[in-house]
Amino acid sequence: MLAEKISCLGVNHQTAPVEIREKMAFSGDCLNPLVQIKEIPGCDECCFLSTCNRVEVLLVAEPEAATIAAVRDFLFAGSGLSAAEAEKYSYLRTGEAAINHVFRVASSLDSMVLGEPQILGQLKDAYRLAMEHKATGPILHRLLSKSFSVAKRIRTETSIGSSAVSISFAAVQLARKILGDLTGKTVLLAGAGEMAELAAEHLLAQGIGKVVVANRTLERAVNLARRFNGEAASLAELVPRLAEADILISSTGSPELILRRDDMAPLMRQRYNRPIFLIDIAVPRDLDPGLNDLDNIYLYDIDDLQQVVEVNKGERRREADRAERIVEEEAIKFLQWLENMELAPTITELRRRADELRRAELSRTLAALPGLTAEQQGAVEKMSGALVNKLLHHPMLFLKSAERPEDRRRNLLLLRKVFGLDNGDNGDAGP
Amino acid sequence: MEILFQAVFALYLGATITALVCFFNLNQRLRLMARGLLGTAAGLHTVYLLVRYFAAGHTPVASSHEAVSFFAWSLTMAYLAFRWRYRVKNFAAFVLPLITLLMLVALFSPARLVELPPAMQSWWLPVHGMIALMANAFLALAFCGGVMYLLQEREIKRKRMGFFSERLPSLEALDNLNQHCLSIGFPLLTLGIVTGSLWARQAWGTYWQWDPKEVWSLITWLIYASMIHQRFTVGWRRRRAAIMAIVGFAAVLFTLWGVNLFLGGVHTYAG
Repeated sequence: MLAEKISCLGVNHQTAPVEIREKMAFSGDCLNPLVQIKEIPGCDECCFLSTCNRVEVLLVAEPEAATIAAVRDFLFAGSGLSAAEAEKYSYLRTGEAAINHVFRVASSLDSMVLGEPQILGQLKDAYRLAMEHKATGPILHRLLSKSFSVAKRIRTETSIGSSAVSISFAAVQLARKILGDLTGKTVLLAGAGEMAELAAEHLLAQGIGKVVVANRTLERAVNLARRFNGEAASLAELVPRLAEADILISSTGSPELILRRDDMAPLMRQRYNRPIFLIDIAVPRDLDPGLNDLDNIYLYDIDDLQQVVEVNKGERRREADRAERIVEEEAIKFLQWLENMELAPTITELRRRADELRRAELSRTLAALPGLTAEQQGAVEKMSGALVNKLLHHPMLFLKSAERPEDRRRNLLLLRKVFGLDNGDNGDAGP
Repeated sequence: MEILFQAVFALYLGATITALVCFFNLNQRLRLMARGLLGTAAGLHTVYLLVRYFAAGHTPVASSHEAVSFFAWSLTMAYLAFRWRYRVKNFAAFVLPLITLLMLVALFSPARLVELPPAMQSWWLPVHGMIALMANAFLALAFCGGVMYLLQEREIKRKRMGFFSERLPSLEALDNLNQHCLSIGFPLLTLGIVTGSLWARQAWGTYWQWDPKEVWSLITWLIYASMIHQRFTVGWRRRRAAIMAIVGFAAVLFTLWGVNLFLGGVHTYAG
């Protein structure tokens, strides 16, 4: 069955802690993994998504354990984890569950912060890349396009995204708990990722006084700083620049820590112990987790921000329930489309088989009755056609009548069995 | 008079329970009710102190009952004054239990009117007594702020946001509270010691006689002085300031009661 061929294999914030996720981060390079997954035997279609919180492969493949295991091995290659650990930290969804999952991811119901808007853009990019490299086929094309429209429908029909629910919003909320009124405070952005930009925008809306952008390439820092009416700096200046900052948002692509506990201790004396809020949204992490042990330093990584999100989840939970219902509804529609895709070839095949049989029997009969006139031959032929049509009428109705997808699937299998469509014999074994 | 005091105590207790329930379920109507009960208690407590003043003929800070009751009244007034100027979310839920606790101590202390010994019959009694207890009241507010700070910071540091983070104000607001209360409490404490010293000169002919209460007042003063000094020179703020506010208040309580209980001296209250 087509639905069973769809599977989704990956790691997200719910299945694996940040320590595991950072080991398998693909640092923004989605092309290489995509090409390599495409080459895995049994894989018909694929799409590869890598964000801060998830690494995920969407597959259309024969549901065979070997293909799935090969994809999982590829994802965890270099993480140093055993196969059993890789299985423990990852999730695998197939068939209807996979369809549901894709829709939930697109509408950010599976995100750390419900309703955060970035994930849809990231999924669209992943789809575009897969399409450009001919990794998608009719099923993924339809599934992903559908997931975008489901996300749009959820955004318009529920208010899940309206209360600015994103990681950056959570960060702003936390900043207010630590620093009180944010008016006039200084924020330092290390790295210029999309999330950091968004957080800076939120902070500016709260009246933040100054934005300083520190980036490895100064040009990018200058451009971004201009957008926020702020100052640019190079990443090498990070520590001295921290002396004046109240909030640091770090999202560099650095594979190593950019700020250690030992860098900060003398700086706190220089700051007269003025508190500082460090937000590490990079995976792998930029900031030494030990920084949080120092007085007046509050360090939150991306997983920690989840806690803030939990606090005010109540309202959005209700909207999320509505959104989940939309997802279920759309998943059923997609399954119906898949089944129709399967129904059409079955109907065509059944008609073709019946017609072949009819023609074979007709020619045998006509050969045994040489005295028939052309008119009589025509009547016999017409009768055989009508007989086949009448015989097939009820099976066709039976096939199309089922309301529920699982009934349709059962009927389809039954019909194929009854008419021997999967046996490879042409039914011409009669006496 | 006893019934009046019991009524005041009951009102404080009612306000405290309401404020605590409100702290748990965040019910705004209960918040207004707690405020009303506290206002009534404060008014009635003032009446009680005036009645006692006229009955005894001196400011009611001479016995243990009077001093603690006056301390509770000062704390109420300090809280209301602070509340009028600043808004600190759910501050009442921490201050009101302390007021009620003080009132409970006063309730179980002998409330009979005492005859003042000749040394205490001076106009310095209301000046020194009231200033010292008012200083204690503001230092008690700083203590409550310190406790709130540590609870809030614990949740933020441990990244387990939930009960307190939702109910307590920002760390910045709590640190400001600490600073505001100290900036009133510390000068009052200094003034209390100075007036006490002047009174001692008048009563016993010497400014300072190393009485245990005097020594402990000095220790308390040194704790707060070092705290303020460190705050402005090396930035001992926030967590350290909160801990110091708690330590300082422990010294205040010891000066108020511990000295009387364990060390005696000229300040030992009658009754």
